[in-house]
Amino acid sequence: MYVAVKGGERAIDNAHEWLAEERRGNPAVPELTIPQIREQMKLAVNRVMAEGSLYDPDLAALAIKQARGDLIEAVFLIRAYRTTLPRLASSRPVDTGAMAVDRRISATFKDLPGGQVLGPTFDYTHRLLDFTLMAEGATPDQGSPSPLKGQGRCEDETRAPHVTGFLNQDGLIEEATPSDTMPPDLTREPMELPASRALRLQALTRGDEGFVLSMAYSTQRGYGRTHAFVGELRIGTVAVEVDIPELGFAVEVGEVELTECETVNQFKGSRTEPPQFTRGYGLVFGQSERKAIAMSLVDRALRWQELGEDFTGAPAQDEEFVLMHCDNIQATGFLEHIKLPHYVDFQAELELVRKLRAEAGAMQEAAE
Amino acid sequence: MTDASPLARKTWMATLAKAPPARLVALVPHLPAHTVLRQPEIGAVMVRGRVGATGSAFNLGEMTVTRASVRLATGEVGHAWVQGRDKGHALRAAAVDALMQTGQAAELMSRVVQPLEAEARAARATRAAKAAGTRVDFFTMVRGEDK
Repeated sequence: MYVAVKGGERAIDNAHEWLAEERRGNPAVPELTIPQIREQMKLAVNRVMAEGSLYDPDLAALAIKQARGDLIEAVFLIRAYRTTLPRLASSRPVDTGAMAVDRRISATFKDLPGGQVLGPTFDYTHRLLDFTLMAEGATPDQGSPSPLKGQGRCEDETRAPHVTGFLNQDGLIEEATPSDTMPPDLTREPMELPASRALRLQALTRGDEGFVLSMAYSTQRGYGRTHAFVGELRIGTVAVEVDIPELGFAVEVGEVELTECETVNQFKGSRTEPPQFTRGYGLVFGQSERKAIAMSLVDRALRWQELGEDFTGAPAQDEEFVLMHCDNIQATGFLEHIKLPHYVDFQAELELVRKLRAEAGAMQEAAE
Repeated sequence: MTDASPLARKTWMATLAKAPPARLVALVPHLPAHTVLRQPEIGAVMVRGRVGATGSAFNLGEMTVTRASVRLATGEVGHAWVQGRDKGHALRAAAVDALMQTGQAAELMSRVVQPLEAEARAARATRAAKAAGTRVDFFTMVRGEDK
């Protein structure tokens, strides 16, 4: 039960003023600017855009600054802002085959046409703290980063074909047949279960990275195992094309950076499907590799029914469990509300416990 | 008014939309006389992807977009839909879209649109060359059983 609580206005004002002061930190240290966060904390910005479900690097950087680096709070700010925007249109589905690729690797095909492109990756780093970034008390190097030693020859490729396409030619992998049915939108209609794969992917791509990661990890450890290989992981930019009603044709309005992961999964066939490789799919805003891989594993695990596999009771196979708990804003909203005043609720609980104790005491006396 | 083919118009509108706003200001510092048909409006476009890259569409998430429409004193109407929240960018892109339908089209093409296209191509090529520098050539070691 909720009742209006009055009072505490001055305390709240003071708390917010103090918050602003704490956010700024020591005034002797220069203040962070939005472009600094956008350029130098880019992966945090990417995560806030992915989970905030709004691609705008400046706004995500602002949210991170305002939230003092609390990324879930920043996602909350972005989600709240998003609701104030009119929906002008929906884009044509982006063509990831035409991606300007920064990174493209395959764990299944070493001779990937176009080659394996590592891109700016943490892989193969030693995970040792690099004290030159801190400059150990000396003035950090203000120069621009040194250029790459020898840049590669770049073929003028306009298309980077997907690895799964090669397996497709031999009929060894299930196909993803194009269809232009209007996809469901969980930001407009409450999520209904059972959900279509399109709806599941929308929920997963904006889901909490930690949650989706743990779900994916649980499948690898045996809770709904799907034997996944990363068929292909690519990061790069794609153009976003929108049909402009006043013109009657589609125009590219901008570009977004995306991470795409396709898994190739062992599948020995089922009652309804022949033995062939199956696929899981992940597509996430920004350079969000861990999230995209995790998303593709969870996507594949959730497809057990469609592929005629057994439900083993694993959490990652349980659509309701995954989809109803992957959104960190819903989760934190419900979790954190229990810290707000519940005095009346608690008063009722207190009365109840006192009454039960009195009754229990009376019964014991009667028994003696 | 010259008739632009939809393909040509689509191409320059994309170039104007993707141009860094500051570059567009530098190349087109002064807007022609115009009336605003649609005030710059910030909104969202739902970006869609496809399941498995080629399958059915799904909603990936939104992006911010600003749109505007203008009419020149000479009657041509220009539209712009540009990524982000820069109202000046949308207005300027719409004005150039309108000018591209006038006798000034050829001059604007060589002075504004083509330089922007060249800059975008150069930026893309720089990045592609960096990516190519990280290309791996795996080779398989001779295995025991191959002896």
